[in-house]
Amino acid sequence: MKKRLAVWKFASCDGCQLSLLACEDEFLALAEAVDIAYFLEASSRIKNGPYDLSLVEGSITTAHDLQRIQEVRRVSKKLMTIGACATSGGIQALRDFADIKEFTSAVYARPEYIETLATSTPISAHVSVDYELRGCPVNKRQLLQVVSALINDLPPHVASHPVCVECKLRGNVCVTVAQGTPCLGPITHAGCGALCPSFARGCYGCFGPADSHNVEALTRLLADQLSELEITRIFSTFNSGAPAFREQHDKLVRLRVLGKQGS
Amino acid sequence: MSEDISAELVLPRERCGELLELVVKKGYRLIGPKLEQGAIVFGPLRGVDDLPEGWTDEQSPGRYRAVRRSDASLFGYAAGPRSLRRFFQLPDVELVVLRRGQDGPRLDYGSGDTRPIALIGARGCDLRALAIQDQVLARGAYPDPRYVARRANTLVIAVQCTEPSGSCFCTSMGAGPRAELGFDLALTEVVDAERHHFVVEVGSERGRELVAELALALAAPRLSSEARERVAGAAARMGRRFEEAAVHDALLANLEHPEWDRLGERCLSCTNCTLVCPTCFCTTSEDRIDLTGDVVERHVRHDSCFSEEFSHLHGGSARASIRSRYRQWLTHKFATWYDQFGSSGCVGCGRCITSCPVGIDVTQEISVIGGEPCKLNP
Ligand code: SF4
Ligand code: SF4
Repeated sequence: MKKRLAVWKFASCDGCQLSLLACEDEFLALAEAVDIAYFLEASSRIKNGPYDLSLVEGSITTAHDLQRIQEVRRVSKKLMTIGACATSGGIQALRDFADIKEFTSAVYARPEYIETLATSTPISAHVSVDYELRGCPVNKRQLLQVVSALINDLPPHVASHPVCVECKLRGNVCVTVAQGTPCLGPITHAGCGALCPSFARGCYGCFGPADSHNVEALTRLLADQLSELEITRIFSTFNSGAPAFREQHDKLVRLRVLGKQGS
Repeated sequence: MSEDISAELVLPRERCGELLELVVKKGYRLIGPKLEQGAIVFGPLRGVDDLPEGWTDEQSPGRYRAVRRSDASLFGYAAGPRSLRRFFQLPDVELVVLRRGQDGPRLDYGSGDTRPIALIGARGCDLRALAIQDQVLARGAYPDPRYVARRANTLVIAVQCTEPSGSCFCTSMGAGPRAELGFDLALTEVVDAERHHFVVEVGSERGRELVAELALALAAPRLSSEARERVAGAAARMGRRFEEAAVHDALLANLEHPEWDRLGERCLSCTNCTLVCPTCFCTTSEDRIDLTGDVVERHVRHDSCFSEEFSHLHGGSARASIRSRYRQWLTHKFATWYDQFGSSGCVGCGRCITSCPVGIDVTQEISVIGGEPCKLNP
């Protein structure tokens, strides 16, 4: 019998689900290989659970979603998060740094209609997760590889080394070394295939921290290339909720505040 | 005829294209230097026009810049950030494909392009590095058949180095700047306001055939000795120098030196040094299954001892700290390589020094950790 696949959305931009749809030819192969039982972005036809594999996009930002993710976990044999939102809280985790009331009153005409949590948290903060796929958005090749492994009951594997490895495999010349361009590649989890450095730009860290990283040493290097404010910002983008980036961001903010007090 | 082989010839600049065309006509793929992504790197060449005419480089720890020369040299630069490794041990290659068929599983071994390669502009350090990789990958107890096939019949048109960079130390490693062995032809570029010539040394029968077909003239003794002086001048301008023979014992006697802790703090564990090194040979394998579950591919790709997963054993990584990974890299390359393969694993090309984003310099670290016997520029 075909395995049953479900795709769920929480707080997110839909980009990761779109990566799945954008697989085009391979998406048809996927539809052959599995029973796509729940995927609202692709079809309004809903089949009830349980599901063999759930792909979860998005972070938890409302009380309702807090409940819904428990329900998703209950009906899923395997649960894999897809993308930066589901894996580390996403760009919307920037709310964690400030007062949510200020945000809602600045953005909405009638903020009293908005019911939202003060934080944006990854799925793993609430339920057990079998596998996490990084990226903003996820890389389609990795997505297909991991889904293929999971539906065939093989252990999925994506390398946890830094983007630098992908640059070297492609034969890229290091943008930091040869151009002096600031790059988060040395501390960023591989997966994109070194997309930005392949176009002569530094890595923005879309895939979050690599398993092994030396954020402190890279910060010292970035200090030759960027202002303090720019470095603080570069650690607070799509993966600002990832502990390694959040801690560095907070530390830099503390140092800046201290520096200002001192002067 | 031995006299023929030892005599030096002269190739005028205008006839370089002819030499490369002849090599292509004989069925070789050209791999040589070209300007790409702001650096002079090895890559496939179409012909003489791809060579980095009039370019050179500035190199120091953590910094590389391609810059214009004041002359039209074709080979006036030092080792660039892409070594020759990737042309013989491919960065990512399909080892085998397993298919579920009607009558049982079917195995297919990938082949790839195995037309012989002609290396254009390989340096003494590059050739020494190839010899080291041959020993590891082609002559050990378990030769790698893909490497052996790709290495077969490699034609080498070496270029004697006249332009070392600030990161170079081949003289300390006995790997240059003169290539003594391992080439079919070796060119030394002599260029000034009036002339642009290559003095040609012949290193093999195949090389002799090439120069015979081009009917090159003998080099005047003056020109030959000028060429030699240029290479000797390169030796004198080496970026750094140290006593290589002392390194093995000095490093291994200092495995708990406090400098390793400082390196653990400075090193990004980015893997750059290992992946630009021309003698590093480590790989890992990855299996990829398709959606139907009917096709599985096993790939082999370059890996690095700086990746945490590299030493993953049951229960976790054997070298979980960056300090331990840095120590593994430096002691293997410069010390235990001797115990394993009978030579140093380093040829002094300086690539790891230039390509380290935070500018960690192996020779500097050896001198700190190894102490007095490994002093820099004694
Ligand atoms: S260790 Fe560094 S200098 Fe030595 S061969 Fe490797 S890259 Fe070149
Ligand atoms: S020594 Fe330099 S190049 Fe090597 S892993 Fe560390 S930071 Fe990267």
